[in-house]
Amino acid sequence: MIQIENLWKCFGDKEVLRGLNLHIPRGETSIVIGRSGCGKSVLLKLVTGLMQPDGGEIRFDGEAISNVKDLNRIRRKIGMLFQSAALFDSMTVEENVGFMLSQHTNLSKREIEGIVAEKLHLVDLDGVQKLRPAELSGGMRKRVGLARAIAFNPEVILYDEPTTGLDPITGSEINRLIRDLHAKLKVTSVVVTHDMDSAFSVGTRMAMIHAGQVIASGSLNEIRRIDNPILQQFISE
Amino acid sequence: MQDFMNSIGNGEEQSLSTQPIRRSVTDRLADYVGGWIFKKLYEIGSAVSFVCSTLSLIFRRPFQFNLLVRQLLLVGVNSLPVVLVSGIFTGMVLATQGYHQLKDLSAEGSVGRFVSVSVVKELGPMVTAFILAGRIGASITAELGTMKVTEQIDALEVMATSPVKYLVVPRFLACAVMLPLLTTFSIVFGIAGGYFTAVYILPFKMNGRFFLEQARTYIFISSVVISLIKSSTFGMAIASVGCYKGFTISSTGGAEGVGKATTGSAVTSLIAILILDFVLNHVLYTIW
Repeated sequence: MIQIENLWKCFGDKEVLRGLNLHIPRGETSIVIGRSGCGKSVLLKLVTGLMQPDGGEIRFDGEAISNVKDLNRIRRKIGMLFQSAALFDSMTVEENVGFMLSQHTNLSKREIEGIVAEKLHLVDLDGVQKLRPAELSGGMRKRVGLARAIAFNPEVILYDEPTTGLDPITGSEINRLIRDLHAKLKVTSVVVTHDMDSAFSVGTRMAMIHAGQVIASGSLNEIRRIDNPILQQFISE
Repeated sequence: MQDFMNSIGNGEEQSLSTQPIRRSVTDRLADYVGGWIFKKLYEIGSAVSFVCSTLSLIFRRPFQFNLLVRQLLLVGVNSLPVVLVSGIFTGMVLATQGYHQLKDLSAEGSVGRFVSVSVVKELGPMVTAFILAGRIGASITAELGTMKVTEQIDALEVMATSPVKYLVVPRFLACAVMLPLLTTFSIVFGIAGGYFTAVYILPFKMNGRFFLEQARTYIFISSVVISLIKSSTFGMAIASVGCYKGFTISSTGGAEGVGKATTGSAVTSLIAILILDFVLNHVLYTIW
């Protein structure tokens, strides 16, 4: 589904990604772990085209992103849950969730309202359509962000630290939602996190980034068996 | 060349590389000044590219009139009271100052001409642009800057929507359209303020009809058109600076970054308005 080949990204003198290779298979929930500042979020920004790599290639269904004329065509297949949810604070929940539908389809207002209600129901948030983001709790904001990410029926959902800043109970709810959405929507998911409970709870595959490269990747069982001290220290703590 | 090759062969380059590099003050100053000039040229280049990208997106679908109407209301209708008040008092101050200056030349009867020409040619567009730079330019930077640091602009892009088309184009058009309209109001109220002061407040109680006759005689259509062209250009400058400053805040800048960019936006807009005013006056009054 997504093939990352020899990816390089530098900020000034700092090489964040140094020839990173990673394969995200279709239909799986791939977890990307690593220490803070190792380039996990940068990787998501490169996949969505928010940043340009200094070297290497990202292929989406075999198509190199750097060669795509209209990047928005690929972006319409991607939903993203930002670390801070990134809801538009000047809009209501309904306008946030229905944003892509109002921008990229000719659906009527009533049809969009119907889809928004359905997506909010999927994330267990009924009846909040008219609220503004400032009136929501942290967990509710993440769920609205998730509803917005799935509103356009994406093929891939990217999660940037989905449980960061949430209490353990709300964090578990978000994990359950990610699992449920994966089961119901059959989408490919990429979850960037350093929360190991979340990682083992929602993932089917895992990759660890260290020193700008993937030092281990595989299914969860394979990851547990890989004899790499950095990886084992990370997943055991 | 042979000496140079020999020196490499003798291993002199090794001894050179191990010695600490001592650079003169002039070299370091040249580096600093060169770096500063390069940085400023880069900023100017990216600002110009930003404006070009805005201009090219104005005519590209989809046309979102609801966003434009919202900005027209914010920029125009909401700014009207402050523009009217400042227009009236600008005219009143001009009449008072004009009277005292012209009295020394025994020309106090020309207050009407002094007020109307000054308001139409310079003070109407300038005062309106200054108010809008502080009120709208700074608010655009604060709003877009906050959107940048909270990843809302990234979210727009990920949702396949051009942030420039969605956020910048409506603000740019609203400022370009509303500045001339607000300037017209400012001019009318400025002349009214001058009239009121000259006729009712100043000691020599000027004849009202005479004041208006002077205004009619000395305000030319060309001056009004030039004034409106200038104010539209000021509007584009205010919106461009405000949006550019908001978009170029570092995502890690936080609240402090937004505050600094907002101040920078107001200051840059004011300087841009003054420079543009000089250039446009020079060019437009030469060719007209």
